[in-house]
Amino acid sequence: MKELATEKHTKYILQIEKKTDNIESALTEHLRINGAYWGLTTLDILNNLKAVEQDAVVSWVLSCQHESGGFGGNTGHDPHLLYTLSAIQILTLFNKIQNLNIPKTSTYISNLQNKDGSFSGDQYGETDTRFSYLAICSLSLLKTLNKINVEKAVEFIVSCRNLDGGFGCTPGAESHAGQIFCCVGALAIVGCLHYVDKDLLGWWLCERQVKSGGLNGRPEKLPDVCYSWWVLSSLIMIDRVGWIDKERLVKFILECQDFENGGISDRPDDAVDVFHTYFGVAGLSLLEYTGLKAIDPAYALPVDVINRVFLE
Amino acid sequence: MHGRPRKSVTPVDEHASALKAAKIRSLQTEFLQNHHNNIYTKEALEINAKLLEINPEFMTAWNYRKLAFEHNISSQSEAEKADSDHLKSIIDEELRVVENALRKNFKSYGAWHHRVWVVSKGNSSTERELKLLNMFQKQDTRNFHAWNYRRFIAGLKNISDENELQFTTDMINDNFSNYSAWHNRSVLLTQLLEKKAEGFFPKEKFLTEEYEFVRNAVFTDPDDQSGWFYHLWLLDQTVKVDMPIMVSSWPPCGSEINLPIANKVTFPVVLYFNEFVKGITSNTVLIQINDDEFKDIAWSPLSMNKFGSGQAWVTHLTIPHEDLNSSKTYEVKIRSEDSREITSLSGVSCSRIWSFSFRVSVCHDVHPDEGFERIMFKDENFSTIGKSLNKVQLLKSYFELTKSDDEQPASSNWKSEIIASEIAQYRELLTWADCKIGKRTLARLLMAHDAMTHVDEVLQLYSELMKLDPPHYQYYKDEHSLVLLKQVTSCMESLPKYCWQYKKSTSSNITESICLRLNSLSLSRIGRFERLLWVQSIDLSNNQLHSIEGLEALQLLTSLNLSHNKLSSFTALDPLRFLKSLKVLNVSHNEIGSHSVDTRRYLCSSPMSHTVSYDPKFEEFANGDAKLVNFWEAYSVFGGLDLVQLDIVGNDGVDERFVSFLVKLLPGLKWLDGEELH
Repeated sequence: MKELATEKHTKYILQIEKKTDNIESALTEHLRINGAYWGLTTLDILNNLKAVEQDAVVSWVLSCQHESGGFGGNTGHDPHLLYTLSAIQILTLFNKIQNLNIPKTSTYISNLQNKDGSFSGDQYGETDTRFSYLAICSLSLLKTLNKINVEKAVEFIVSCRNLDGGFGCTPGAESHAGQIFCCVGALAIVGCLHYVDKDLLGWWLCERQVKSGGLNGRPEKLPDVCYSWWVLSSLIMIDRVGWIDKERLVKFILECQDFENGGISDRPDDAVDVFHTYFGVAGLSLLEYTGLKAIDPAYALPVDVINRVFLE
Repeated sequence: MHGRPRKSVTPVDEHASALKAAKIRSLQTEFLQNHHNNIYTKEALEINAKLLEINPEFMTAWNYRKLAFEHNISSQSEAEKADSDHLKSIIDEELRVVENALRKNFKSYGAWHHRVWVVSKGNSSTERELKLLNMFQKQDTRNFHAWNYRRFIAGLKNISDENELQFTTDMINDNFSNYSAWHNRSVLLTQLLEKKAEGFFPKEKFLTEEYEFVRNAVFTDPDDQSGWFYHLWLLDQTVKVDMPIMVSSWPPCGSEINLPIANKVTFPVVLYFNEFVKGITSNTVLIQINDDEFKDIAWSPLSMNKFGSGQAWVTHLTIPHEDLNSSKTYEVKIRSEDSREITSLSGVSCSRIWSFSFRVSVCHDVHPDEGFERIMFKDENFSTIGKSLNKVQLLKSYFELTKSDDEQPASSNWKSEIIASEIAQYRELLTWADCKIGKRTLARLLMAHDAMTHVDEVLQLYSELMKLDPPHYQYYKDEHSLVLLKQVTSCMESLPKYCWQYKKSTSSNITESICLRLNSLSLSRIGRFERLLWVQSIDLSNNQLHSIEGLEALQLLTSLNLSHNKLSSFTALDPLRFLKSLKVLNVSHNEIGSHSVDTRRYLCSSPMSHTVSYDPKFEEFANGDAKLVNFWEAYSVFGGLDLVQLDIVGNDGVDERFVSFLVKLLPGLKWLDGEELH
């Protein structure tokens, strides 16, 4: 079996920031803060976070915060929950949450809760269970969950449950592994996994594994390394991860590596990016691949970081 | 990047890429300047539209369009306000920009939401939206954004559920491998069933037709998953009980239990439901002892969640027995008072009223507790309870008194007929296709039809599935274990074979009772707790358990053997925190501490899930070892227990430091790993 090219991936992540004269870089400007979170978390799982200049990252992250308390995907961009969680995760990773104005940030998030318990992603009103996760995960890390109505938030998430035990983005929307991660993750963080039919959802999730060993995100779709995170973390949270063939999944992820230039892609021989590099490495961590730090399946940060937040 | 081939980049490519990047960046800079300065001119909007056409994912750019829209509407001249075409032209322009963006990337959340936002302003044509949808849904029949948008439009324009149902029928007839269409069908049918719409009530007829419809899909290509989950959903619609039901209790209805006279005569009462329920309180459940009503009873769910719900609920009743010299029998009646207040998690009331009664004899203890001797779970220390013993009688009485609704074959005729006909169909399928979905579905149908008659066949099916579909081996193994346990616990022919008596019967109460020995059965999972509420001692050693979820319902449990299993963390022992009577525990030779991933982390009580708070006393207690997570988890689980005997050797996470921590944590401990403590 192929091995994890740790050094190559580290190098790949470190150079992304420096190479700005290409389309990919220009087209991902708007989610630079997500990219930073993916890259930095990957480096930490690979035990290479020290290669990064922490102070520069922290001050750049803080420069993305708006007067409203929310974070933009880049400096000068509009705030949104999608970017606010990444900012909080990065600050948590570096143990720099004390640099953040926690009340202001929490107020931004709690103001986005709607009457039915759902969350809008920003002031423009799109609602989606992804935003429920972003809000709950953020506030839990900031220890200000009491600012929202958790019971209502749970009620909304549960109203998005489907015939297959999975969850969609709004009531009636089809189950999708990414969305399932968000809903299961949010319910896990507030101690409400008893709302999940673990056997039914577990069966749906374990049937995401296809012949190649990879996982897809919905029935009759192609496998993709990113589902190594979405599906796997959900299976772990509901304690049904034994239902898939882990070895074959490890093999699939390893085959998606670019051994020449580093990075991991969605499928073997496709172009790599930092998103899939993170999901591949995080997936391997969930599969207990040797030499990697363990990652927490709900908060999507290394376990030692989460333990530091909650057990001290 | 999804689906883009990896290729080495030539200098020419690099140059082209750099040029495009520069163009995008300059558009972005221009756009952001306009945005920050609130400039909403025609030129500014054009720059924005160009940018969105290249990068529809740029959320800030969509926000800007909304601001510009509001700005341009509010700054209309009087003449423009009067001209309805003016508003229409502004809306049309927005719809055009969205359409272009969707052509670039029809999975763009921002673009779809912008369309929802614009259309919600009114003045849009239903026909135009449906036409757009038909185009996108034809291009990609599984695009969930388009399906979501379709549901939105159907709601906005009051398109009937029947109409939309027909659309799913057409899509499925076009190509049955369309999971999205099956999904939407289940959503629409749920609504129609709830409304009791014409043609959908009563549901027998429609269910029969749906079974046939999905059968066509499954039988055409049994490997295509599209119909699998729909079929299971139909089965659930056929057999499900629509409300929470109390399925068993401790003490069981009609039983007589004996309690020794002590300072306080206290015993647990357990209510076990078919699903999680809320609302068990002294107002909803009334307790009478010898016709005197008992007020202020505190019920607690046997579950870690903080919003007060559980499948099993417990209260500890204290009999007001004052005369310590005389024996007496008390009649206890328990009934649901306002059962509408008892609801399932989805809010369905327990509309069926229930009640039960039992007798409690308070008498002098014939075997006063004379100290504690170490209990050894070895075969030679046990004997079968035999037929003549009154234990069998006792067992039988508990057993017969514990009713469980799911043992009844599918009650009404039409249900039974539908399932029988499906069974016949799937048996047929298996004659020409050795497919996993055929076997799996047949197993499900057989269990739903009449579990006890078919149990051997079902076990055989799961054994075959383990061979046929090795990647999901553990899934079938777990199902197999649950069916096996059902077989063991469901009839008086089988259960006594697993009931043993401790031979070295000293005087202690622990050894007096029956020990249920489910050891060495290759169980990877346990269940059926509603049938085991009477158990005081259980041996689950030498199985493959990685979880004991549900065991918390066995409130009488005093001794538990879990040695030689696959428990991999202290969090897996979380159910023990509810077992206040537990004295003897063996978790030796498991995998505690061997894994970096903890699959019980979010199914236990922990500060990460906000189900318990971090206890600062822990640091003082663990002095210096506080950083070790193992110690916290053990502290959290064992801290509330009063164990006398513990075996924990043979786990990677247990070393000398840890053992001395445990000894400190459990002051009542007399035996640790076979050594007597002093």
